[in-house]
Amino acid sequence: MSANVELENLNIRFGDFHAVKDVNLNIRDGEFFSFLGPSGCGKTTILRAVSGFNDPTEGAIYIGGENMLGSGPNERPTALVFQSLALFPLMSVADNISFGLKVRGVGKVQRRKKADELLEMIALSDQGDKLPSELSGGQRQRVAIARALAVEPKVLLLDEPLSALDLKLREHMRTELRRIQQRVGITFIYITHDQGEALTMSDRIAVMSHGVMQQVGSAQDIYDNPATSFVASFVGENNPINGTVIAAEEGYVSLKTDFGELRGRNERGLQPGDRATLFIRPQNLCLSERGDFDNCIQTTVNDQEFEGEFEHLYLAGDSRNLVVSLINDGAIPQFSNGSPISVGFHSDRAVVLPAGEMAYE
Amino acid sequence: MNNLLLPIASLIGAGLVILGLMFYRRSQHATGSGFGHFLRRNGVFVSSYLILSLLGWIFFMIILPQLYMVDFSFSHNLPPSKIGGPEDVYTTQNYEYLLFGSPGSEDAFNWLHLKVFLRTILAAVVVTIIDLALCYPVAYYMAQSASSGKLRMMALCLLLPFWVNEILRAFAFRILFGSGGVFNNVLMGMGLIDQPVDFIRADVGLYAGLSYAYLLLMIFPLYNAIESLDHSQIEAAKDLGCPWWRVHFEVVMPFAKPGIASGCTMVFMLSCGALAAPQILGGPSSLWFTQIIYQWFNTGGNWPLGAAYALVLLVVCIIFVMAVMRLFKVSFGEIIK
Ligand SMILES: Nc1ncnc2c1ncn2[C@@H]1O[C@H](COP(=O)(O)OP(=O)(O)OP(=O)(O)O)[C@@H](O)[C@H]1O
Ligand SMILES: [Mg+2]
Repeated sequence: MSANVELENLNIRFGDFHAVKDVNLNIRDGEFFSFLGPSGCGKTTILRAVSGFNDPTEGAIYIGGENMLGSGPNERPTALVFQSLALFPLMSVADNISFGLKVRGVGKVQRRKKADELLEMIALSDQGDKLPSELSGGQRQRVAIARALAVEPKVLLLDEPLSALDLKLREHMRTELRRIQQRVGITFIYITHDQGEALTMSDRIAVMSHGVMQQVGSAQDIYDNPATSFVASFVGENNPINGTVIAAEEGYVSLKTDFGELRGRNERGLQPGDRATLFIRPQNLCLSERGDFDNCIQTTVNDQEFEGEFEHLYLAGDSRNLVVSLINDGAIPQFSNGSPISVGFHSDRAVVLPAGEMAYE
Repeated sequence: MNNLLLPIASLIGAGLVILGLMFYRRSQHATGSGFGHFLRRNGVFVSSYLILSLLGWIFFMIILPQLYMVDFSFSHNLPPSKIGGPEDVYTTQNYEYLLFGSPGSEDAFNWLHLKVFLRTILAAVVVTIIDLALCYPVAYYMAQSASSGKLRMMALCLLLPFWVNEILRAFAFRILFGSGGVFNNVLMGMGLIDQPVDFIRADVGLYAGLSYAYLLLMIFPLYNAIESLDHSQIEAAKDLGCPWWRVHFEVVMPFAKPGIASGCTMVFMLSCGALAAPQILGGPSSLWFTQIIYQWFNTGGNWPLGAAYALVLLVVCIIFVMAVMRLFKVSFGEIIK
């Protein structure tokens, strides 16, 4: 039986506050799907609606084609890994993991067997008799995941499960999670405000802002072809340059900006006269003298920063600094602050989108 | 009066004073210790006042009276003129009386009093269970579901009725459950019964009155314990498949066990020792053990016997509570938390 999760015209309100607006989505069976968005954009709200803790104000949720309206959290084929983990502090690790089976009336011997299996999967074989408080943060994390997996859900929901861990552990757990997902082969719905997590782990990502789903697509898709200014500015580093469309032809538009006329891809059918923003990524900006570019920006250097593999130049932009990331080939000149500079880029590397909300403050 | 009591009491008193002095001397050397810190912060005068009043309180209000009671319970009931005389020797006859009755009686055991004793303990257990069953849902609601406005409202509604004094409350219950009382009138009005039910004889009034009297002592420890439970644990249990009632047995109650234990202990102890409510609300045939004790002290004029009965009640209650706590694997330290 398939276990796709369908959100149909999902709207959730808390009183007057509209937390989730018109979300339509089909999460495929066996997919690692992420919701990515800044704090307060409604990610947890959607997840809690899928697991049955709050009801949609409008719209419906289908899991495996079945309408979930009226089924409580205990009746849905989902399991939630809480942001706070919510391990039971008085139960041993093994009892925590087999809790769901106990509730389902599975016998003691079988429970223990299943717990041992899962403990082995999360590489905690000999720690089953400890209390959760006796484990490290990363170990507790894995126990919480194992506890959710023990009930063999069709869909595993994870609410920023890695946010409490330090950077090293977080990166390790990313691969670990991905490995677990491939091994059990069920649908994972993963929530994060960390784009690195979303980009590395997910099959597909939904980017959210203020309760609105901005774009759904693969990591590559979202990074290379952002659909809105919000996505372009939220996912990865990006340099926005504001302007007005003066010409549109063959998938490209020309924009009149503070730096003269600039050209970029026209993914959203912009017409002359529209207010628009051109986005160009730091690694796609080069020093003009190093090549033959369609577009050139004349400006001044505000700062130069050495990072090792890369060197970052901060240039005066129209609203905020333009960042240029140059590969450190040993031949990057030193700029004094305030000195003039010319950087260029190819039109097919820049994307022009309708002016709109940005992820920056 | 026996000649042993005064030496013992003065020994304990002297011990407390010596202990205080030792701490004081030590604190002069090790000023870094907690006690030295306490001394320096409050000054010698204030600290010695605080310590002496605390020691005085413990000694005069707790230790000394109980020592007198213990002493009494092992004494003969003598007229004042003979106290201190040759007949004033220690004896266990008061305890024997509770067990076996007066030497001349026909029964092997003092069934009358022992039965009352057992019934008191049993009734206190029932009152405790009623209170637990009543208070757990309320405490759970207050701790996990109610908004802060509702919470304040409920706390107020729970507290206000306790401004009415105990005697008044007991009589009000008597009126409520009396043969011409509200309950009988309502039940007869609805046609459910055609004769007034004697709630008082059936001890319904007694149980209701006692349960009501100690409601707060159950609710607040429960509330405290449940309040500290992270709500996401309740949700996790539901998410893993628990129906709502099972969430309570599997997650909430084990977590709140210390609170349940301390609430139950208090209600049980106080119910066992209650006097006014049984006096007013108890049926004509039912006697509370405290009433017997009261009779010995008061109308019976036999203080040694009363003291022995009271001590037995105290000790048995403590043992009972310890045993139950052992059964449910609660440690004493947890309760005090
Ligand atoms: N029970 C509630 N009552 C009222 N408003 C709520 C409730 N739950 C959430 N909200 C509001 O809905 C919005 C979305 O909340 P949500 O918890 O879904 O954010 P999030 O995307 O998960 O953020 P974060 O990354 O910080 O966890 C927030 O503005 C929040 O204030
Ligand atoms: Mg959240």
